[in-house]
Amino acid sequence: MQRTTMDLWVGLFVAAGIGALLVLALKVGNMGTYSAAQSYTLMGNFENIGGLKPRAPVKSAGVVVGRVVDIQFSPETFDAVVTMSIDSRYQFPKDTFASILTSGLLGEQYIGLAAGGDEVMLKSGDKIMKTNSAMVLEEMIGRFLFNKASENDGGKN
Amino acid sequence: MPRRIVLGIRGVGHRVIESVWRLGRASHFFMLMLLKSGISMRRFHLIIREIYFTGVLSLIIIVVSGLFVGMVLGLQGYETLQKYGSESAVGTLVALSLVRELGPVVAALLFASRAGSAITAEIGLMKATEQLAAMEMMAVDPIARVVAPRFWAGVISMPFLAAMFSAVGIFGGYLVTVVLIGVDEGSFWSQMQNAVDFRYDIVNGVIKTCVFGVAVTAIAVFEGYDAPPTAEGVSGATTRTVVTSSLAILGLDFVLTAFMFRGMS
Repeated sequence: MQRTTMDLWVGLFVAAGIGALLVLALKVGNMGTYSAAQSYTLMGNFENIGGLKPRAPVKSAGVVVGRVVDIQFSPETFDAVVTMSIDSRYQFPKDTFASILTSGLLGEQYIGLAAGGDEVMLKSGDKIMKTNSAMVLEEMIGRFLFNKASENDGGKN
Repeated sequence: MPRRIVLGIRGVGHRVIESVWRLGRASHFFMLMLLKSGISMRRFHLIIREIYFTGVLSLIIIVVSGLFVGMVLGLQGYETLQKYGSESAVGTLVALSLVRELGPVVAALLFASRAGSAITAEIGLMKATEQLAAMEMMAVDPIARVVAPRFWAGVISMPFLAAMFSAVGIFGGYLVTVVLIGVDEGSFWSQMQNAVDFRYDIVNGVIKTCVFGVAVTAIAVFEGYDAPPTAEGVSGATTRTVVTSSLAILGLDFVLTAFMFRGMS
């Protein structure tokens, strides 16, 4: 075979390979939707993070605005310190409320940010003061049964 | 009876010494090839020629197998997931299994049996017909002229082939689940994009394919170069290439997966 035809085929092959990698990165992976190029970090202390995992999304009004980077246990306050990386296009007021929510009944857990009304915005490295822990199903059922039992007691007496 | 035991032990010892020798020859050969690949890098058209034979001509089998693996994954995934009412997660299932495991591993297995065996047979036959010796007589280094270009061509082709395998497989899964069965297209792609991380899943898959590419082609060129120069020797070497590289791929895949996906969920 001619060397030029072979070069052409190999060129097409390499181009197709790079194209496949790009398709994987942009269409299949999350490169197209979220890039960590420009972001700032926020911290939050949670009493209980439930099943939250690193790389879980951080959403505000349902839109993904960042990701959970790191989860550590703090030996001083005995709670979980969650580090989040937030897209720097989105700024949040100082009194933003962060809570751990679940998408759907059995879905993954994510952090929901509800913006407050403060004039001052959170800066990189700041700590979100108002947090709400994850709902733990057992605790919820336990509280429900406890309430039910005390209601019944009240009815008898 | 004691004589038999002695013979048995002697046989075991012989095999161990033989395999250690072989391992030493393989490492020596590998180092020599790396040292001499500078020469073949300067004559890059040799590598391009080999990329044509190992990469471009492997495309058909890779693309067709990728398409079918993806379609089967889509069907089986849908079959199981619809029992739990979460058939929209089938995109995640197809993409993650292809990008993390099946793409690199199956593409490497196909590559080993299609291109690796051809490399071994070619080099082995060159040795059996004394072409390599003739080259040395003409002061052409057979390792730099014949072996190194084939090795680098395989190393370069492998990641591209595996990426195409994964991409085509995901397209196959899309065809079966979205076009034929009728899973919602939007949730198919968006759930997939939510679950597949670029750094964690795709880059790790590409690292795997690079490792497999090096392993498969290194085994193939060594088996060919080390083959006894007879018809039997070449056929045995070709068989050994396929068997050894398949086992190497599966073993390395376990080790790499254990390092890459350990403790993260």
